Amino acid sequence: MNRYALGVGAAAMVVGAAALADPNTDVALEIDGVAIKTIAASAHADNPIGDTLISGWHYRNDETRALQLDDFDNPAFLAVELGRELWEAADGASGKSCADCHGGIDGFAGLRANMPKWSEAAGRPLTLEQWINWSRKEHQGAEPWKWESEQMLGMTAAIAVESRGMPMDVQTDGPMAEWFEKGRDLYYTRTGQLDFACASCHEANSGMMLRADHLSQGHLNGFPTYRLKWQGIGSIHRRLKGCVQDTRAEPYAVGSDELVALELYVSWRGEGLDIEAPAVRQ
Amino acid sequence: MTSQTARLAAAALAALLAGAAAQAEIAPSDVAIADGALETPVADAPGDAERGKAWYADRGLGNCMTCHQNAALPEISFQGDVAPPLDGVGARYSEAELRAIVVNSKEVFGEQTFMPAFYRIDGLKIVRKESVGKPILDAQQVEDVVAYLKTLTD
Ligand code: HEC
Ligand code: HEC
Repeated sequence: MNRYALGVGAAAMVVGAAALADPNTDVALEIDGVAIKTIAASAHADNPIGDTLISGWHYRNDETRALQLDDFDNPAFLAVELGRELWEAADGASGKSCADCHGGIDGFAGLRANMPKWSEAAGRPLTLEQWINWSRKEHQGAEPWKWESEQMLGMTAAIAVESRGMPMDVQTDGPMAEWFEKGRDLYYTRTGQLDFACASCHEANSGMMLRADHLSQGHLNGFPTYRLKWQGIGSIHRRLKGCVQDTRAEPYAVGSDELVALELYVSWRGEGLDIEAPAVRQ
Repeated sequence: MTSQTARLAAAALAALLAGAAAQAEIAPSDVAIADGALETPVADAPGDAERGKAWYADRGLGNCMTCHQNAALPEISFQGDVAPPLDGVGARYSEAELRAIVVNSKEVFGEQTFMPAFYRIDGLKIVRKESVGKPILDAQQVEDVVAYLKTLTD
């Protein structure tokens, strides 16, 4: 204890970054008059994060946070525009558009907040990407979109924005229970040469600085998310794969059962927060 | 002494000397940490503090500043703070303790510690192909980093 206290003062003088170490909780996210819960009481008493959930938005710097306050400034809205065009565009053997069957995209309000969601037809949970490709095949007679394609990111972003301000709410009981358990196991499984689990960074050390990275609680409510580092928008699975890769592991593949299970479990950890997609992060 | 016995004696002496000098490198799986200390160096040559400083700061090797602050390296910006600062660590711990921490922090601080074990290859999962069977630091790099940590005395 002593040793630690002694070192801190000297180190703080050379390292300004340490001053950033608390998330900025004095700010609130409101977009187009819609208040979005980015700080919330956890919906579950047994959430290992504790009582207070804090979105990754609060851990970013002022400039990055500001980009999310107005859709005109939010670089992810190029993808949203593309998604909205694709919604209206006829495709595949059916010659139909999404709109021909579903009507307005606003009919999907709340859908993103329930992902991943059980599919009776598939006998497994499907992510939003998997639901989209299932419907393209079954109803549209169209080719699947690649996970990280412009079209898929555009469509998931356009659907997600309809759930903005709505609480994350995933099913974890019934047939989802075994996927939830699998996701929890993976969350605490250390991987790679560096031997870190998700919990090593986002549970035990959130709020701390890992070099220049301010560790958040690792929530999914902002996805798909525009990352300045990617210079583009990316999916949940791209982010999770990147985190696993950073442990110097062979990461789970995008769309794999492992990442679907993790997506389910991590979404549950975020219940209490509202969807804020498409978010902007460093 | 006959010339033959002289030759034999010389050969025996040479073998003895070689045995003493080439104290063999210890492989990661053969390291035995006891009571948070590792007396025996893992490499056969002594550590070099200058090189150790370079491994400390190398993002692909020690990458120690990602977690630890160290006032002796003000040229490195954005040092992390998830771990205790290393200022004065060379005075707080013995060389054998520092070696044990770098080799396998899990045996010193417990299995749950956030600090990676830098000289361990066993018990890891889905390690990326190019790192399978390889510790993060090789034996000589471990000794170099330990030598560098010994210089952090205030
Ligand atoms: C070595 C540290 C480390 C590990 C291990 C790690 N992450 Fe991350 N993760 C980060 C960093 C750094 C960021 C970017 C800053 C932030 O938002 O925390 C990040 C970001 C995220 C985000 C985006 C949060 C947002 O608001 O945009 C999610 C979600 C996430 N991680 C989930 C996970 C999951 C799930 C795992 C395990 C499969 C994992 N992470 C493992 C370091 C890590
Ligand atoms: C991913 C984080 C991380 C990295 C990288 C890391 N450490 Fe650590 N280190 C820790 C943590 C955390 C502790 C404290 C022990 C604990 O609480 O489990 C620690 C403790 C130590 C200690 C004991 C400090 C004290 O005052 O008790 C030394 C010495 C040390 N580390 C050296 C190093 C060196 C040298 C490197 C690089 C070769 C390194 N560490 C890399 C996380 C890290």
